[in-house]
Amino acid sequence: MPEDTNRINIDHVAHLARLELTDAEKTKFAAQLKDMLAYVAKLSEVDVTGVEPTAHAVPLTNVLRPDESRPSIDPALVLKNAPESARGLIIMPKIVE
Amino acid sequence: MSLHINTITGLRAKLQRGEISARQLTQAMLDRIQAVDGKLKAYLWLNPDDALAQADTADLTKPLGGIPVAIKDVLNVTGQPCTCASKILHGHTSVYDATVIRQLRNAGAILLGRTNMDEFAMGSSTENSSWGITRNPWDLERIPGGSSGGSAAAVAGHEAIASLGSDTGGSIRQPAALTGCVGLKPTYGLVSRYGLVAFASSLDQIGPFTKTVEDSALMLSVIAGHDSLDSTSVPAPVPDYREKLNAGVKSLRIGLPKEYFIAGMDQEVEAAVRKAIQQLESLGAEVVEISLPHTDYAVAVYYLIATAEASANLARFDGVRYGARVRGADVLETYSKTRGAGFGPEVKRRIILGTYALSAGYYDAYYLKAQKVRTLIRRDFEQAFQKCDAIVAPTSPTPAFKIGERVDDPMQMYLSDIFTISVNLAGNCGLSLPCGFTAQPKLPIGLQLIGKAFDETTLLRVAHAYEQSTPWHKERPAL
Amino acid sequence: MNYEAVIGLEVHVQLKTQSKLFCGCATEFGAEPNTRVCPVCLGYPGVLPVMNAEAVRKTILSGLMIGCKITQFSKWDRKNYFYPDMPKNYQVSQYDLPLCLGGAVQISGKKLGVTRIHLEEDVAKSFHFDTTSGVDFNRAGTPLMEIVSEPEMRSPEDAFAYLTALKEILITGGVSDCDMEKGQLRCDCNVSVRPVGQEKFGEKVEIKNMNSISGVKRALEYEIPRQIAALGRGEKIFQETRRWDDEAGKTSVMRTKEYAHDYRYFPEPDLMPVTVSDAMLAEIQKLLPELPEARRQRFIYQYGLPEYDAGVLVANAALAKFFEKAAGKNPKAVANWMMSVSDITTTPIQPTQIGELVTAIDAGQISGKQGKDVFAAMLTTGKSPAIIIQEKGLAQVSDTGALEAFCEQAIAGNPKSVADFKAGNKAAVNALVGQVMKLSKGKANPQLVGEILAKKLHSA
Repeated sequence: MPEDTNRINIDHVAHLARLELTDAEKTKFAAQLKDMLAYVAKLSEVDVTGVEPTAHAVPLTNVLRPDESRPSIDPALVLKNAPESARGLIIMPKIVE
Repeated sequence: MSLHINTITGLRAKLQRGEISARQLTQAMLDRIQAVDGKLKAYLWLNPDDALAQADTADLTKPLGGIPVAIKDVLNVTGQPCTCASKILHGHTSVYDATVIRQLRNAGAILLGRTNMDEFAMGSSTENSSWGITRNPWDLERIPGGSSGGSAAAVAGHEAIASLGSDTGGSIRQPAALTGCVGLKPTYGLVSRYGLVAFASSLDQIGPFTKTVEDSALMLSVIAGHDSLDSTSVPAPVPDYREKLNAGVKSLRIGLPKEYFIAGMDQEVEAAVRKAIQQLESLGAEVVEISLPHTDYAVAVYYLIATAEASANLARFDGVRYGARVRGADVLETYSKTRGAGFGPEVKRRIILGTYALSAGYYDAYYLKAQKVRTLIRRDFEQAFQKCDAIVAPTSPTPAFKIGERVDDPMQMYLSDIFTISVNLAGNCGLSLPCGFTAQPKLPIGLQLIGKAFDETTLLRVAHAYEQSTPWHKERPAL
Repeated sequence: MNYEAVIGLEVHVQLKTQSKLFCGCATEFGAEPNTRVCPVCLGYPGVLPVMNAEAVRKTILSGLMIGCKITQFSKWDRKNYFYPDMPKNYQVSQYDLPLCLGGAVQISGKKLGVTRIHLEEDVAKSFHFDTTSGVDFNRAGTPLMEIVSEPEMRSPEDAFAYLTALKEILITGGVSDCDMEKGQLRCDCNVSVRPVGQEKFGEKVEIKNMNSISGVKRALEYEIPRQIAALGRGEKIFQETRRWDDEAGKTSVMRTKEYAHDYRYFPEPDLMPVTVSDAMLAEIQKLLPELPEARRQRFIYQYGLPEYDAGVLVANAALAKFFEKAAGKNPKAVANWMMSVSDITTTPIQPTQIGELVTAIDAGQISGKQGKDVFAAMLTTGKSPAIIIQEKGLAQVSDTGALEAFCEQAIAGNPKSVADFKAGNKAAVNALVGQVMKLSKGKANPQLVGEILAKKLHSA
């Protein structure tokens, strides 16, 4: 386990998750995250040598569908659900790369 | 005529004999909701005209013909809102039916309305809802459990004959236990997740709340089965889960995990569960002690895996294509403001943990490690089930707690899922049914039964035998 | 100091499938915005992906074509980053277990290594306005194959040849149409420079926004000297992403390393892994086409074509296929005609007609020069050469009776040329031939005319 949980960079994590946090939230979540990390540190007790990770709860493979096209949905619904749209496009504030 | 207190099985008989009409029944439910939902606040959304219109055309020959069912606000129903109790989805209208909804419609059920929940199914009390708190029908000062608290309260409060919820770490079984109804989490892969707004994709399952085990079997028969829209759905035939309900428990071995009777468990809960075990023994079951040695790590594993998956699953709520948007100067700011304003504290907390657990430099130590320990937890169950046919345990270490009691202590809240979480990690099926009440105040206590993967038949058989030999399912809250 | 460039390419190829990678929406270029979308490819709450079998097959086929090892156990992962063109704000891609590993693309004289090929989903398309951007999700979820090369290219020419060869292979296999204008093939370059002899790579720069294979070459032709010049001035090269501006012929900084992503990859829980069985592999192996290099060799051997001709024909899969049907008895002549065709797929011409044209010329029915006119007409009308020759009245007169009459007329009308010939000036016969051609309005078979004239002059 990384020991250095004292130096959690909450701003960096919030940025990765695109979450605007108030200062009060930052303080609170940083402390709670630290508590959680201290709690999950108990996993370091477990010897997992040679143990495969479980990514799926059922052991299926090759779940594939035939390459067939189906009708799409009514574009009007798509645009209606979008907060902003124009000329058939879904509109956002300008994307700067 | 107090139709609302009936079971599916009871009402089906009345409907088919023509004693009542589907419209009468639906109207009775709407009246009941009108009468008590002001207190319980189980429902978020109702469309009485639509419900009655469905009743008028319901095919009563179908397995759920004319039966009003409530739906957790996490399942998509065409034309209905689907907010997951989150502000970020206010204003969003579903454009498609979840597979379980299609199955309910095909079975003749009436979709009564949408029920409250913890935001994005994150919570154990239904206090994390942007729409307000749902109350426990047995004590309005207490929580109904969560995250499917609305669906549980609706059935326990007789505002629905049955309902659907979702269970990622106990979100069906725990509220069922706390409100005194039957809650079933099917084996992962048995019920299609298509249309269920994902919290943790490798753990989520949809399941029913009902008043009896027989009703649970009936609901499961309708919603189980392979779905080509869900790659994790297992292609296997669906048995009639009611067929072996009355086979009894004689010659069945019931496993008692020694790790599940922990210090800090409520004494009345422990006493009720131990008595239930005796009851199963007296019905002819053989009780054997088993061990699930990695139980103590389940909560840690769960909170790493579930939050990591959630951090990605909830990334799509960004105010671009649907839902609420808080506009910022540019795209980045629009994302951050939208998500900062749209998500409640518990959701933010879990996104932060999940993001952190996956981020550069921590993946192996947290997420990968958790997935490996998850393998050990699965193996625990596989080994245990070589010695027994079903496992018996408490559902929740305590009965329903008071509103606000654990809001500021997330760790305490997380630990209340300790008995249910392992089942999701292993992928097995689990069910909670009433096994008694605390004395003062009178609060339901839940008994959890855990079955082998895809052996819901045995699970329901044990549950039915216990239920039919005890009076608990006949108790009703005084509302 | 002498520097050398180290170039690696990341090529994204849209697979030719009917439907998108995870849903049944049509993969169609040029549809009205947001009309080829559904809850799945829009990332609506609650939807789940189901993998398109054909996309998996085509990726494996691509791997087989360039000699990759097909991974027995392959899985998908979520690559997390926020961007408005990405409906779920994570891209389903393959991180550590891609479908194909290793392999190489043959260019003249060397093999350029391929690291891996993985299958992922394409993103949407954004349009930028004054203060806003608009997103069209039609492209979102299109099956996209990423082919990552080893950093083994050393020059813009290497990169050009690699891309050209790769494109040929993929088109031949029917994996993709690789139309760069439609975005079906896109390429990012990683390029660094280092002193010749140094083993360690220099700091690499990523270049984006090249819209053609020649654009990639131009961008590298700009970027490599830029880096060398900067180092020459004692400057440092920083790891950064630069954008190629084809019009200005320059690269400029897009973002620096400080904005490096933390993609937080983890296994996609909604998709099951793929295990490639021997039976599945055998099925796909049956689809393996003859690859361009092998076909080139066969054309040279089987049809006796010069290397150049074989190269031109094979470079265009449709042309090569057409050629094989048309080759007939004189493949070299057929190849000559065909190499002048810019796009065989848009003409109504039939393969057998080219053979007919060659026969008409070989038999002396028309001249080679007339053949060009006939061929041009064949390309536009699709009519057979016989019909065109007839319609244009081009058939050469080989009727000796008619020709003899013309010849006598020419001899009678040009006593000077006749005298010259008899005096020993053999070239004087050409003037007489010219005269016959004129009299016959160009239709006389010149060879035959020459023979008749010679006979008549000798006997006269």
